[in-house]
Amino acid sequence: MALPPDEVRHVARLARLALTDDEVAELAPQLSRILAYAEHVGEVAADDVEPTTHPFAPADVTRPDERRPSLSRDDVLAAAPQVEDHRFAVPRIVSQEG
Amino acid sequence: MTSQALLDDGWELVVGLEVHVELQTNTKMWCGCSTVFGDEPNTNVCEVCTGQPGALPVANEQAVRDAILLGLALQGRIAERCRFHRKNYFYPDLAKNYQISQYDTPLVTDGELVVEVTGDDGGVERRRVGIERLHMEEDTGKSLHVGDTGRLHGADRSLIDYNRCGIPLLEVVSHPDIRDPETAQAYLRELQAVVVATGVSDARMEEGSIRCDANVSVRRVGEELGTRTEIKNLNSVRSLGRAVRYEAQRQLAVIQDGGVIRMETRHWDESRGVTEVLRVKESVTDYRYFPDPDLVEVLSPPQRVEEIARRLPELPAATRARLTGLGVPREQAAVLVANAAVPVFDEAVAAGAEATAAANWLAGDVVGQLAAEDLSLAASGLTGAHLAELTRLIDDGTLSNTLAKEALAGVIASRGASSPAAVAAERGLEQVSDVGELQRIVDDVVAANPDTVAAIRSGNDKAIGALVGQVMKATKGQADPRKTNELLRTAIHG
Repeated sequence: MALPPDEVRHVARLARLALTDDEVAELAPQLSRILAYAEHVGEVAADDVEPTTHPFAPADVTRPDERRPSLSRDDVLAAAPQVEDHRFAVPRIVSQEG
Repeated sequence: MTSQALLDDGWELVVGLEVHVELQTNTKMWCGCSTVFGDEPNTNVCEVCTGQPGALPVANEQAVRDAILLGLALQGRIAERCRFHRKNYFYPDLAKNYQISQYDTPLVTDGELVVEVTGDDGGVERRRVGIERLHMEEDTGKSLHVGDTGRLHGADRSLIDYNRCGIPLLEVVSHPDIRDPETAQAYLRELQAVVVATGVSDARMEEGSIRCDANVSVRRVGEELGTRTEIKNLNSVRSLGRAVRYEAQRQLAVIQDGGVIRMETRHWDESRGVTEVLRVKESVTDYRYFPDPDLVEVLSPPQRVEEIARRLPELPAATRARLTGLGVPREQAAVLVANAAVPVFDEAVAAGAEATAAANWLAGDVVGQLAAEDLSLAASGLTGAHLAELTRLIDDGTLSNTLAKEALAGVIASRGASSPAAVAAERGLEQVSDVGELQRIVDDVVAANPDTVAAIRSGNDKAIGALVGQVMKATKGQADPRKTNELLRTAIHG
């Protein structure tokens, strides 16, 4: 199944990747091959086999509601591209996403 | 019905609500960072809640228990096994670029909430609103938009505080069972009351610990559901009602004009009373949900669910019925439930207060004063014993109603350290019951107001109120009104 170029652009947009037309042309067959590979699962999947989300057997893993130290604010803000009032300053959020 | 006045004949409003409830756990959903509201920005942040490479989330046991408790209170079915998905989208208030949420296996399904609305005839109508699902997820950080308007539109940069990012959040999704704005409001109010009763959240809308989005559409009665819009920024029960009304009429006008409704997210502008397009909604597939490989399934074996069910408190509807059975008016019962004042009420009644008096004080003065001071009942220190003592002091004539209000204010000001009797003694609030002194004041007032006295003598009995007022003023409100009335009448009529 060949992935249509528009679908490649759509997926790229969701991942916030800017692709040139050449890149779209190059990536479409590659992505198609990956999808075809994944579709092999469908050949063995049966109605009586529950989809597996990861290899662990069901296990009850939770943690008690007890506080642990957070990072120091300096360490947290060291990762910020820009800091203002002890907050992460980011470019204005664009209102129209679609 | 009000909804008939809202839309033209033959048209119907359809509303479903998505309510987010922030849990009151000590720590976040996936890490041990504190959840305290109002801490310095970016001080409750770690590798997990900012999604640093290699950091592993682990579910908060208390959050899962709280979610089960609320699910049971909403008559829902608890999934024995459920998993978490990643909801992928880019927004700076979520550092991971995905939100851990639930997708195809919510923790709770098939719940319901029965709400009470006032019908056309003034009677109470009960309406059932189905709850499709309740799922667990995490809250996002808080953005502060700075620039020309301070709002999202027109802001030139956003400042992010990740303290809230990762706080456990429950999303309660109703079926589109709501047909009028009043039922939407009643649903939100009732859900808030259930949340408060279970104690899983303080459900304060002003602090954002409970938030509501409304899915609104209109259709011709009997036809398929119309295209819906999602309305955000509903910060109060009142905004919800206003926004739903506005949006229903806007959509009908667009359709009748030959237009079509687009599936979009709209922002409610409280000051202008309108909804505006925020963004065209991404479709569900655009979120590319997939099971979070960092998390195992949450297991809720039946015996654990049963154990949690035993901790279910009395639910608001049952509490209101019990209170009205004790003679408390329905509106006051609702106020007590909504303000989590029922434990104090019960304590006051157990300590000897009359139910109607205790409810009256709590629903009136107490709730009013707490709202004015932005204080919770628990933080005020006021107990049922205080309230019982207050009503006793009124009954035995030590305090008038006016003085009792002051004593009550004093108890709250001391955060419960002083009892009403102690406040009354400290401030010298006891009524002037010394007849000799009261008699002297009454005589002075009668002598100083010959015209009023004459009017009363010639049959204008109501004019006596003015004289009672003057005696009260002279005694700084400390005269016993009954005694004052008696002495005035004797002085005037002989």
